[in-house]
Amino acid sequence: MVGVPSRHRSLALLAGVLLAQVLMLALQVKRDSRGRLIRVWSMTAVSPFEKGGAWGFDKVRGVWGHYFALQGTTRQNEELRAENDELKLTISQLQSKAAEGDRLALLLNFRQSHEKVPMVMARVIGASAGTASPPVELDRGERDGIRRNMAVITPDGAVGKIIESYRDTAQVLLLSDKEGGAGAMLVSSRIQSPVKGTGEPMLSMSYVAAEETVNAGEKIVTSGMDKIFPRDVPIGTVLDVKQGNPFKQIRVKPAAQLDRLEEVIVLLSQEPVNFKSDDDQQGAQPAAGNAAVPAAGKPVAEKP
Amino acid sequence: MNDTFELRGGESHIEVHKFFPGAVVGMAVLSLVLQRILPVYLPRLEILDLPLLATIYFGLSRRNPSTGLLLGTMMGLMQDSLSGPTVPFGEYGIAKTVIGYLASSIGSRLDTEHPLARFALVGLFYVVHQASLTVVRRLLLNQPEGWFNMHLAIAALVNAVLGVVLFVGLDRLRR
Repeated sequence: MVGVPSRHRSLALLAGVLLAQVLMLALQVKRDSRGRLIRVWSMTAVSPFEKGGAWGFDKVRGVWGHYFALQGTTRQNEELRAENDELKLTISQLQSKAAEGDRLALLLNFRQSHEKVPMVMARVIGASAGTASPPVELDRGERDGIRRNMAVITPDGAVGKIIESYRDTAQVLLLSDKEGGAGAMLVSSRIQSPVKGTGEPMLSMSYVAAEETVNAGEKIVTSGMDKIFPRDVPIGTVLDVKQGNPFKQIRVKPAAQLDRLEEVIVLLSQEPVNFKSDDDQQGAQPAAGNAAVPAAGKPVAEKP
Repeated sequence: MNDTFELRGGESHIEVHKFFPGAVVGMAVLSLVLQRILPVYLPRLEILDLPLLATIYFGLSRRNPSTGLLLGTMMGLMQDSLSGPTVPFGEYGIAKTVIGYLASSIGSRLDTEHPLARFALVGLFYVVHQASLTVVRRLLLNQPEGWFNMHLAIAALVNAVLGVVLFVGLDRLRR
C-alpha cells in the first residue's frame, strides 16, 4: 500500500517547484536594459534594506559624532574663536583703511577743485595734553611752507589756525579751544560777529545784537575779517539762540568734525576758497576775496 | 506504485488507476514528439496541445497531486526545451505544473471517467493553462499578451473534443 500524500506536502511541493521554475526563468530573462530579471528582483528586494542600513548608519554616526566623539571639540572651538578674533581685527583694520581712503579721496577732490589756491594737506599725528580742546599736531611744518596764523580747514569747514610751526611739524589751535575763534558772519543776514571756542564741542557767537533776528539752523561762514581765514569758509550751524542784553547768546555746531580730525588742509594764503555745496544750499553770495564790509553797529571780527 | 488503492471522496469510492510499465513515459514522449512533428505537416494542428492532454489524463488518472505536478513539470520543461531558444525554461513548465497539480487534485475528489466530465475538465484546464502562460509572459517575461480571444475559445473546444476521444484510447493502457 502506498500512503496518500498529505495535502500540505503536495502544496509545499507545488510551491517549491513553481518557485524553482520562476527563479530559473528569472535567471534567463533580460528585462530591457536593466540586466537579467533575477538581478532586477535581487536589487529590488535588497535595496530597501540597503537604504535602511545606510540611513541607520548615518544616524548612528551622527549621534556618535555630535554627542560622544567630542574630545577635539573644545580645542577646535578655541581655535575657531581665536580665528574669529583675528578676522574681527582684520575687518576692523580694513574698515578703517576704507574710511581713510574715503577721507583722502575727499581731500584730493577738494585739492583738485582748488588748484589755484596754495594749500598743503597734512595728517594729524598728535595732540597736546592738558586742556579740554588741546592743540593738535600736524606732520607738516616750515619745510612745507606752513607758518603761524595760517588757516586750517577740512572739506567740511574751518578747523583752526596754526599757532606754532616747526621744521617738520606744526600745531593747530582748534576753533573749539577756549583761545580759538574766527571772524564770522551769518549767511542769510550777513551779520558779522566773531565765533569763539568754549572748550566744549560747541562754539559760541557772542556779539549779535539782541534786536537782530537769528534762527536755529542758520549757516555761519568765515567773514575774512580776521586775516586768517578766507571769506565764506563754513564754520557751523546755529544750534540754539538765547535772548540776552545787549547781545544774544548763540551756540554753534561746528561744520568740521573737530573731535575726530585725521587729515586737514593748511591754506598757505588767504585766497578765497569756494565751498560750492554750502553756498548753493544757503544761497550765499560767491566768495569775493577779503573785501568784506562789517555790518554797521556790530563788532568787527576780531583777530584771534 | 503498482498497487491499486481507493480514495474515499464523500460516500463514493474513487479508484486510482495503474498503467502498464513505461506507458506514462512512452505517452509523454510521444505527445511531445507529435507536438513538434504534426504542425510541420498539418499547420492547423498547431492548435492542439498534446503534452497538455497527456498531463491532464495522467493527472486525473493517477490522482496523486505530487506525482501529477511533477509529471506536469517534466512535460512542461521538456516542451520548453523543444520549443527553441525563444522560449525560456520554465514558461510551459510553470503552466503545466499547475495543471498537473489541479488535475490530480480534482481527480482525487471527482469521478472523471464520464466523457462529459472529461470534456468540461479538459476545456477548463486548457483555459487555465493559457491563463498561466499569459501570467508568466506578462509578469515575468514582460511580453504583451491578451487574456482572452476567440482563438483561445476554439482551441479549448478542439482540445476538449480531442481529449474525450484520446482519453478513451489511453484508457486501454490501464492495467
